[in-house]
Amino acid sequence: MATTTKAPNSTNALVGKSRKKRPSSKTTTVHPRGGLIGIEPKRTLGGIRVGDLLSILGAAVAAFALTIVLATQVAPITGGVAFFVLWYLLFVGFYALLVSIDDTKTFVIDRVVAVLVTSLGVLLFSVLIFVIVFVIGRGAEALPFLNFYTEDMGFAGPLDPLSVGGVEHAIAGSLIQISIALAITIPLGIAAAVYLNEIPGRFSRFVRTIVEAMTALPSIVAGLFIFATAILMFGLPKSGLAASLAISVMMLPIMIRSADVVLRLVPQTLKEASIGLGASQWKTVWNVVLPTSRSGLTTSIILATARGIGETSPVLLTSGFTAELNVNPLESPMVSLPLAIFQFVKSPEPTMIARGFGTAAVLMLLVLTLFVIARIIGGMTPEKSARARRRRAELFGWFASTSRNLISPLRRRITNAKEPS
Amino acid sequence: MLTDTPRKLTIIRDRSDKIFRGVVRAGGSTVLVIMVLVGSFLAFRASQALNKAGWSFFTEQAWEPDAGRFGIAAVIVGTILIATVAIVVALPLSLGTALFITEYAPRKLRSFLVSIVDLMAAIPSVVFGLWGFFFLQQSIVPVSRWISQYFGWIPGLGVTGVDPTDPLATTTVYTSSTFIAGIVVGIMVTPIVTSIMREVFSQTPVGEREGALALGATRWAMIRNVVLPFGQGGIIGGTMLGLGRALGETIAVYMIISPVFFIQPNILQNGASSVAALIALRYGESTEMGLSALMAAGLALFTMTLIVNFGASIVVSRSRSGAAS
Repeated sequence: MATTTKAPNSTNALVGKSRKKRPSSKTTTVHPRGGLIGIEPKRTLGGIRVGDLLSILGAAVAAFALTIVLATQVAPITGGVAFFVLWYLLFVGFYALLVSIDDTKTFVIDRVVAVLVTSLGVLLFSVLIFVIVFVIGRGAEALPFLNFYTEDMGFAGPLDPLSVGGVEHAIAGSLIQISIALAITIPLGIAAAVYLNEIPGRFSRFVRTIVEAMTALPSIVAGLFIFATAILMFGLPKSGLAASLAISVMMLPIMIRSADVVLRLVPQTLKEASIGLGASQWKTVWNVVLPTSRSGLTTSIILATARGIGETSPVLLTSGFTAELNVNPLESPMVSLPLAIFQFVKSPEPTMIARGFGTAAVLMLLVLTLFVIARIIGGMTPEKSARARRRRAELFGWFASTSRNLISPLRRRITNAKEPS
Repeated sequence: MLTDTPRKLTIIRDRSDKIFRGVVRAGGSTVLVIMVLVGSFLAFRASQALNKAGWSFFTEQAWEPDAGRFGIAAVIVGTILIATVAIVVALPLSLGTALFITEYAPRKLRSFLVSIVDLMAAIPSVVFGLWGFFFLQQSIVPVSRWISQYFGWIPGLGVTGVDPTDPLATTTVYTSSTFIAGIVVGIMVTPIVTSIMREVFSQTPVGEREGALALGATRWAMIRNVVLPFGQGGIIGGTMLGLGRALGETIAVYMIISPVFFIQPNILQNGASSVAALIALRYGESTEMGLSALMAAGLALFTMTLIVNFGASIVVSRSRSGAAS
């Protein structure tokens, strides 16, 4: 056993608390077969080592101290940003120094990269969260007023307090415009995606290429197209309908592309099984392809909706601007949430700017809701949804049986009629 | 001897199938017609302006269509500068974040972080514009000033008309610049780029990862030799898609820049331009000729984003990671 005593040590050195006792390359330890079984404790993989934590802390403290010395005594700097950047650079330097006491160059690079990557990730997430918190924070002034959601800006001037006027017109406008756009894009988009997958050929490849090209269409150009054709050529007034058309032109390629990807994921074996059982192509699509990809299709529709509802530039050119509620998409201007934000913050009045931020908060809430719905539906696999359906059926069965036992014969007849066959 | 000849297969489709195929084909064709219509209408209307301006369309900086002097030299250069700043911001951020999510973040946090990134990709651009206009505009001025003070000798980073070493000099010269618009657009496209890169990194074969680790590679060595080469296509493709979005971004840019119609090479200085912002600015007051000129500018922008997007999809599909998808 004398030759093997080194073994636990060396393994610990690799994953354990200290890196100092790495086995030198000159000793080779040979374990006798089965010799250590039952003796060797379970090794912990991963986790945070005390030494690492200490070197990070030490580097942070040292960098902080040196930053203060540098900033106040050597080279005066102003501003929190400069202070932070200096501290961060020093921190990375100190950390590399501390690690290099124990470790070789390879490990120093590994540790420093880990710190850099982690801080880039943390930086991005904090910036994104800060953007959202900033917008909601500035809008918080306007949000508590109930009239913000139930009144339009028809009678509210720029100098009026927040207790007058609101963005009801923009909420209604957004919902109407996106509904019309969806009424156009869902049938057309899903049909086109099914076409690309079900009737392959040279023509459908061509369609796919064109659609892919159109996903690059800048949204402002889509707006310009509708402005030049529908409004200037065909004399459609600047209205909700024109805005919906512009949003549709923008959303359609996005939706087709993602629906196409989703439909391509339907296993070929399922389709072949259906056709092999004698089903027609239409029956196969209706009973196999679409139900299998339902959650994916819904997700692609909802994500395209989120994109469409937040676009400002096509709407800017086509919908016109109004401060009043307008529910008729065919005539007179109709404002939507992003456009309302844009118009509000043009004003120098603080209350109008607060309204703009409040509207942005409402818009983000709308997008968040759509996104969460997409996540829930998109996370549903066929098994999961089948299980949910079964659970619902069980619940309903349980409800039906308990009510049968408890409630009068009259009620019983109604529940019996409702029970699934 | 009987020789088997391939039998002729005929498909007899019943009526429901015929209707189905007809309807679906009509859907596909309608989409094609719409898309081709958009493109060809744009090209047709643009051709009027292009005929009038000729080659000077690409070299003229001013934008006075009614006087016959107009060209996209200034706005295209402005657009490219903004997009470049955006990508310089977005590339390290998104590469770092994508690696952080797939390699470094605690396993339990991962799916949550992925959702956050995907959600951020859906945040409307006007929200980023608000943030850029009301927050970044003021807080970035010292940074701009510092850069111009110490790196002003690099072409493009200087600022004219103000002495950066003078502490009392006006700071308005640093606002509404290409730099600020680029940062806002960069932060806006970062989630999109991150999401693509992360998707590709997460597809790295586990066997190769574990092989590298088993050979004694550190985590970074494993990433550098396995994950990054595997995800190369995703990195380039994702960045190019982000670039396409950055080129076409309108409202966030429009809110921040103060448009100028000459080539402004100093990215830190007040005054910038972009094609999309030009369209948003001028569509209303346009005459026939003005609209046609805007169409031509839009067409130029579209051509640019088209090339970038197709380049991205070719890069992604040629790479190892994209071959499967």
